[in-house]
Amino acid sequence: MLHYILRRIGWMLVMIVGISVVSFFIIQLPPGDFLDAHIAHLQNQGDSVSLEVIENLRRQYGLDKPLHIQYLKMVNGMLHGDFGWSFSYERPATELIGERLLLTIVLTLTSVLFTWILAIPIGIYSAVRQHSISDYAFTFVGFIGLAVPEFLLALVLMYFAYSQLGISVGGLFSPEFMVAPWSLARVWDLMKHIWIPAIILGMGGTAALIRVIRANLLDELQKPYVTTARAKGMREWRLILKYPVRITMNPFLSTIGYVLPLLVSGSVIVSVVLSLPTVGPLLLRALVSQDMYLAGTIVLLLGVMTVIGTLISDILLLICDPRIRTGGTES
Amino acid sequence: MSQKSSTILTKEAGVDRKDIATQWQLMWWRFKRHKMALISLFIVIGFYFIAFIAEFLSTGTPHETNPHFSYCPPQTIHWFDNGSFRPYVENLTGKRDPETYMRVFTLEPDNKVPIHFFAHGDPYKFLGLFEMDRHLFSIQDVELRTDIYWLGSDELGRDLWSRLIYGTRISLSIGLIGVTLSLILGITLGGISGYFGGFIDSIIQRSIEFVRSIPTIPLWMGLAAALPKDWSIIKIYFAITLIISLFGWTSLARVVRGKFLALREEDYVMAARLSGCGTMRIIFRHMLPSFTSHIIAATTLAIPAMIISETALSFLGLGLRAPAISWGVLLQRAQNIQTVALYPWLMLPAGAVIVAVLAFNFLGDGLRDAADPYARGK
Repeated sequence: MLHYILRRIGWMLVMIVGISVVSFFIIQLPPGDFLDAHIAHLQNQGDSVSLEVIENLRRQYGLDKPLHIQYLKMVNGMLHGDFGWSFSYERPATELIGERLLLTIVLTLTSVLFTWILAIPIGIYSAVRQHSISDYAFTFVGFIGLAVPEFLLALVLMYFAYSQLGISVGGLFSPEFMVAPWSLARVWDLMKHIWIPAIILGMGGTAALIRVIRANLLDELQKPYVTTARAKGMREWRLILKYPVRITMNPFLSTIGYVLPLLVSGSVIVSVVLSLPTVGPLLLRALVSQDMYLAGTIVLLLGVMTVIGTLISDILLLICDPRIRTGGTES
Repeated sequence: MSQKSSTILTKEAGVDRKDIATQWQLMWWRFKRHKMALISLFIVIGFYFIAFIAEFLSTGTPHETNPHFSYCPPQTIHWFDNGSFRPYVENLTGKRDPETYMRVFTLEPDNKVPIHFFAHGDPYKFLGLFEMDRHLFSIQDVELRTDIYWLGSDELGRDLWSRLIYGTRISLSIGLIGVTLSLILGITLGGISGYFGGFIDSIIQRSIEFVRSIPTIPLWMGLAAALPKDWSIIKIYFAITLIISLFGWTSLARVVRGKFLALREEDYVMAARLSGCGTMRIIFRHMLPSFTSHIIAATTLAIPAMIISETALSFLGLGLRAPAISWGVLLQRAQNIQTVALYPWLMLPAGAVIVAVLAFNFLGDGLRDAADPYARGK
């Protein structure tokens, strides 16, 4: 088992290097670099830019070197904890991401919690009461939750909140707390705002989870051990929660690792729509303005989260299901 | 005893039609039982039909601007005039409110503008072949120069109905072309991986794992942002399709690989090999047809994801750009809450996306059930 985990970690490192290369080259793809855009912007404003200044800037950022040198320079910096400088914000990239990353993680965890609290009971209920009206209703709602992209859901909710309730949905803070330092009042303000984006983000996942739990539980309920327990006179709900539900949770637990990175990258678009101060809109702006260190750091961060999530889920799977263990190490 | 006599009875009465039906017939019977899938099939066909004859269904060209009718709310169509069937709309006049600078529209109930069916209008090429100028319906009052805005108009006074119809063409064809590209990649790589196994298999599997481990949406955004701003619409269109399908093929490749791994050991494949068939012939002539139905189902389920991806990218301003029209481009207008609250009809394209995606999902679900007509179930 240890051998398997070590091999997975080795493979994970290879993946991370690969992702860093891919993300670097994608960010380099647009013709020109940030300085070109910056110079054009300055010239539009009527400022004249001297060639000397440009060349100095170019040299300072290493933009005159070939691509692979630039890449090595970036990686070297990252290994020393220096994730570069955001050209457009004129602040270090880590500083920009840091404040947003915390909010992103809080938002993600809230929506994961929402997903579980809603999906597990509903999934169990619709499996046990198969073909009941509420089962059909949940299935229908679930289908819509699966089919409707989250950003559309965000738009529709935004519209109803504004036109019916007269409240403006969007952002994670009231204006007075936007830039205030952390305090209890600010946390409370966050709590008041976070639930709408959390519900929107969790919707698709909830629908998918309900379907998985329902299908798994339906399979389990057919098994002879359920009949045996029932024949022995066990109470129905106690029986269901004690045996089949526990088995149903196994494959579900193993996907926990995937949830985090999926939600983080899924939240990008929703965050743009709801103008949340998370990593997503930052990435969008960085990509559009070719702010390469900022964009590169974010893409790499998301990539690393995905890979680590996959690893966690693989290890969980290994612990839960011994059949995978033997198959994995012997081959 | 009684069981035996009943089988004899059916035999005498004629053969059970289930026993002589072809596989495709069995699939069709099974598919028909899934009512939602059947309805969705018609919806999907309807959507593509609309996309096909977009010019005929639209009331004018989708790019025609009319500054006097910016943000015109949807017009009600009155079907009956004094008890007889004579559809008309009430004439609209727009004025700017001197205080708010918003355009205010007033209806003139006495000024009825009749709607003409199969009326002459802007010339176009029907199916790209025949010169035509007939439109399903339009207003023919050249003097008034009003278009019929039964779904409203955008800030430039462009007719939302015509734009929605044209957007259907782009959004749905991106799904179709994208899925074809991923299908080609998926079948080829999945087939090679599953058929040969061993070293080649692990290389392809590792690269699939790698592609899957890259966070999709940021990468899409990166790639889409990298498209040069001066590219033509057609070029951007194909580039976006390519970007979207770049990630879609991995799941198809996995399905195909799994099937190949299972089928590789079958007797008929061995027989084909012994008869001296080439590898490509075995893959495409003998193995592939045996799971065509599964591939069709998987493909149908992959289309809605592509439609959503295109919509999301264009919505963010990274995908197709105006003057191209797609559902995502149309929804860009509905991005901020003020617009949504003041001009809610601009959200209509979202309805089209939701209906199309739901229909494809139900259809794919039904096809997946039908793909294996021998599986258990009533």
